Amino acid sequence: MSYIKPKFEHPRAPKNTLGYTRKEYEGSLSTLCAGCGHDSISAAIVDACFELSIEPHRVAKLSGIGCSSKTPAYFLNNSHGFNSVHGRMPSVATGANLANRDLVYLGVSGDGDSASIGFGQFAHVIRRNLNMTYIVMNNGCYGLTKGQDSATADHGSVSKAGSVNNFEGIDMCAIAIELGATFVAQSFSGDKNQLIPLIKAALSHSGFSLINVVSPCVTFNNNPGSTKSYDYVREHNEALSSLDFVPVKEEITTEYDEIDVKMVEMHDGTFIKLNKLHQGFDPQDKLSIINALQVARQKDEILTGLLYLDTESIELNDLIGTVNKPLNSLTEKELCPGSEVLEKINAGLR
Amino acid sequence: MKPTNIKDSEYFHKVVDCQYACPAHTPVPHYIRLIAAGKYTEAYMVNWESNVFPGVLGRTCDRPCEPACRRGRVEEEPVAICRLKRVAADFKDDIAQYLPEIPKVKNGKKIAIIGAGPAGLTVARDLAPLGYEIHMYDDQTKGGGMMRSQIPSFRLPNSVLDQEVNVILDMDIVKHFNQYVTSLKDIINGGYDAVFVATGAPKGKDLPNLPGRWDAKENIHIGIQWLANVAFEHTNKIGKKVIVLGGGNTAMDCCRTSRRLGGEEVKVLVRSPFKEMKASPWEKEDAIHEDIPILENHVPKSFVSENGKLKGMFFEKVEAQYDEKGKRKLVPTGEPDVFIEADDVIIAIGQENRFEWIEKDLGVEFNEWEMPVVDETTFASTCAGVFFGGDAALGPKNVITAVAQGHQAAISIDKYCQGQDISDRPAPDVTLISTKMGIHEWSYDNGVSADLRFVVPQEDKKITLADRKKEVELGFDLQSAFKEAERCLNCDVQTVFMEDKCIECDACMDVCPTQCINFTENAEEEDLRAKLLIPALDKSQDILVSDILKTGKVMVKDEDVCLHCGLCAERCPTSAWDMQKFMYKTAKAGC
Ligand SMILES: Cc1cc2nc3c(=O)[nH]c(=O)nc-3n(C[C@H](O)[C@H](O)[C@H](O)COP(=O)(O)OP(=O)(O)OC[C@H]3O[C@@H](n4cnc5c(N)ncnc54)[C@H](O)[C@@H]3O)c2cc1C
Ligand SMILES: Cc1ncc(C[n+]2csc(CCOP(=O)(O)OP(=O)(O)O)c2C)c(N)n1
Ligand code: SF4
Ligand code: SF4
Ligand code: SF4
Ligand SMILES: [Mg+2]
Repeated sequence: MSYIKPKFEHPRAPKNTLGYTRKEYEGSLSTLCAGCGHDSISAAIVDACFELSIEPHRVAKLSGIGCSSKTPAYFLNNSHGFNSVHGRMPSVATGANLANRDLVYLGVSGDGDSASIGFGQFAHVIRRNLNMTYIVMNNGCYGLTKGQDSATADHGSVSKAGSVNNFEGIDMCAIAIELGATFVAQSFSGDKNQLIPLIKAALSHSGFSLINVVSPCVTFNNNPGSTKSYDYVREHNEALSSLDFVPVKEEITTEYDEIDVKMVEMHDGTFIKLNKLHQGFDPQDKLSIINALQVARQKDEILTGLLYLDTESIELNDLIGTVNKPLNSLTEKELCPGSEVLEKINAGLR
Repeated sequence: MKPTNIKDSEYFHKVVDCQYACPAHTPVPHYIRLIAAGKYTEAYMVNWESNVFPGVLGRTCDRPCEPACRRGRVEEEPVAICRLKRVAADFKDDIAQYLPEIPKVKNGKKIAIIGAGPAGLTVARDLAPLGYEIHMYDDQTKGGGMMRSQIPSFRLPNSVLDQEVNVILDMDIVKHFNQYVTSLKDIINGGYDAVFVATGAPKGKDLPNLPGRWDAKENIHIGIQWLANVAFEHTNKIGKKVIVLGGGNTAMDCCRTSRRLGGEEVKVLVRSPFKEMKASPWEKEDAIHEDIPILENHVPKSFVSENGKLKGMFFEKVEAQYDEKGKRKLVPTGEPDVFIEADDVIIAIGQENRFEWIEKDLGVEFNEWEMPVVDETTFASTCAGVFFGGDAALGPKNVITAVAQGHQAAISIDKYCQGQDISDRPAPDVTLISTKMGIHEWSYDNGVSADLRFVVPQEDKKITLADRKKEVELGFDLQSAFKEAERCLNCDVQTVFMEDKCIECDACMDVCPTQCINFTENAEEEDLRAKLLIPALDKSQDILVSDILKTGKVMVKDEDVCLHCGLCAERCPTSAWDMQKFMYKTAKAGC
């Protein structure tokens, strides 16, 4: 088995505006099972960061425990990383973000990590609108511990051993919207054309972005009867729209007066162009998506695409008025303003 | 596009760039792996089978394989294919036990081979084991042809040549050496069933009409005659100031030999720009390393002599101009002519064939350039039973081409003598076998070495310039040979795709270090090539296209810079990719 990636790349590999090729954004060779959906998501993250010309050293990748949470080793080797305790990635991300709001925070988690042991943390990081991209690699099972049903396994889904799941599955997107998430998307690991622009849009969003990516576990949950298998997802995938991510400075030359196209301006001046929008659905209208998700559930459809976006989002640092600079750049002068200031504060508390 | 037909052996043959480019189609990666495994004798025999003179070629081959080598497309330099061949020759054990048996009882057919150069020797080697009685004619005292008379000993020691030539001559070959054949008719009347003409291109071109050419003619030499005289020790010195005319490999051998025979100020003068010279880059480098300046854009105008003693030459300075079609014209710059002093001048501007010994009424047709009309596949002439090969057939090329043509001619001669149709060519022997040993284990070393090309060490210039026979290159030691061998990407271990197994998980596409693998909607070749992750611009490199997959897409792989690292196959959950070793052996006479 190979453990080392060849150092060579294509002699005509494209470069981004920083002069980097895709190689600068890659990680070590994956040790996940061959064919795992998680590897495709890692590849999509690499592509998105490369195409956005993000400086790798400005990214912090955080994760919990699980096959999914191992993936930060397989992308962005030149970025910061923190592999936290099971289900505790959100609190580490919160602390890091409050200490240094200048970095791009990318959290990676699994359905077990987020919907079982970490469900509480998941809820709170959403309601606080922490400025981060949170990707759930959702395979409906605990891959790392050999494929037990997770809390997102759908009711009626059949496991590899043949047992039928009698519990309701948690819908990560519906929950996130309920808890006030300001960017919610759903996708499939096998659809990079949809996933890459979604990751780019999420990274450009100011506030909490959730992307729930159905990501087949080839080893323990890719059997007939599973609702998270490659075949099932391909058959039941219902894209709400196709989307393009339009970078900041790119001039918008085409006219978008067609009925089924919608341009949404993001906080940082970039745009999302939604094509072929489903009738009666608008990602900026919460009710329309709650309705669509319910209808899809009845029809056994997996809705994918950008589900919900609040462009008025105010992220946590702005909500609580933290200092604008990273804490590590504050000097003694700012941190110890002197006894006079202390006196004033004390006086204010009397 | 239609799905690629991998049953057609030419598809994978083309992927092994080096082997495909080699005129004899030597299975290069196969012998390189044997070298890495320390199996030098086996590596030697793989070469011997296909190119007959591994020790010679490992030192002197024109190496068309190297510019074709895939490694040169993913980093700076190709694998040192040629010099690894020499490693096999240098470190082999006794090969006697691996040589074919020569039947004591012959098959009753008698073949005359005229010319004991590489082409003639190849035919002898291919036919002798089949029981043919072989008679070999040559005007030299020993076999080897120009490998002996032209290639200087500092590039090719006699001992190496003798060993490889003698292996063939020892196959019961009847030698008629020291005999210049003056009549093909006599040979044909000598009771031979077939004749192979391999007399090379033995005549050096002259500049007979250049003013002053015949005034001091003792000091004006024709390159290949002069080199032969040196090789056979009729000539052992030259003046201090030497001009060598010409930009090919012969000129490089002449100037370097001059440096060893007393030439102190040796200069090469070429008409063309330096970068367009015919000599191989490494030959030019070696000449420059021996303090020989190469003056480009100098057209010879006249020889100057005083009282029958050569003084030097005048040259006109030119520059190259190119028309829209890129055709070159050398245009005088108008600068005054340049005079260069010389005690001796060597004219090394090309070779010609010599066929005045072939009677015009035998039925051997000649074309407008006075070259025999030869079929480029069968090497048959227009006279039944007379075949040509090597420099005598299609003009001067090199040893490996002479060998390759010899193999083809031997097939034809064998078929001709057995009363078979010579145009019915035997198919290559092809195998394709999985290298899979375990889940992620292969029977080849699939790791990709990041080492840059290793340089072959050379003997100190002081020593080599003092002794004409001292070999300049020392050859790789075993440690660098191993590392150099590891640079080979194993292009013969093919990526074989089985669409019925693919579940389209994209793992192979994601892991491919050079982004060769794509899953996309099918299209016509042009469009398909253009829309790949990295467009497949090099049309000479094929793309592997699958049948339609479940989602309606096709898998398209650009072969161009595939590293044959096997990562696609390792990351595939269903073994839809397999790494399979492709062996392509060109047919030989009697197979
Ligand atoms: C200076 C020089 C350097 C070269 N260096 C290289 C090199 O480094 N690498 C490389 O690959 N190639 C090199 N070549 C080219 C290479 O030597 C030839 O292409 C090759 O030897 C051709 O092989 P052949 O069998 O066709 O003929 P030759 O090797 O020319 O052999 C023909 C033989 O036939 C004999 N002969 C000719 N006429 C008659 C006759 N009528 N009767 C009897 N015998 C006859 C000749 O004396 C000769 O022995 C070099 C050539 C020259 C001139
Ligand atoms: C505190 C704690 N409890 C339990 C475990 C055992 N454990 C490891 S991974 C895992 C589930 C991972 O599932 P998921 O997040 O869906 O990741 P996947 O492997 O499916 O990608 C569990 C329960 C643990 N490592 N730590
Ligand atoms: S066990 Fe499942 S989730 Fe884990 S690496 Fe293997 S396929 Fe992926
Ligand atoms: S890398 Fe090896 S197999 Fe491939 S072309 Fe070069 S020498 Fe031949
Ligand atoms: S890794 Fe295998 S199954 Fe997956 S897309 Fe490639 S060939 Fe198909
Ligand atoms: Mg899971």
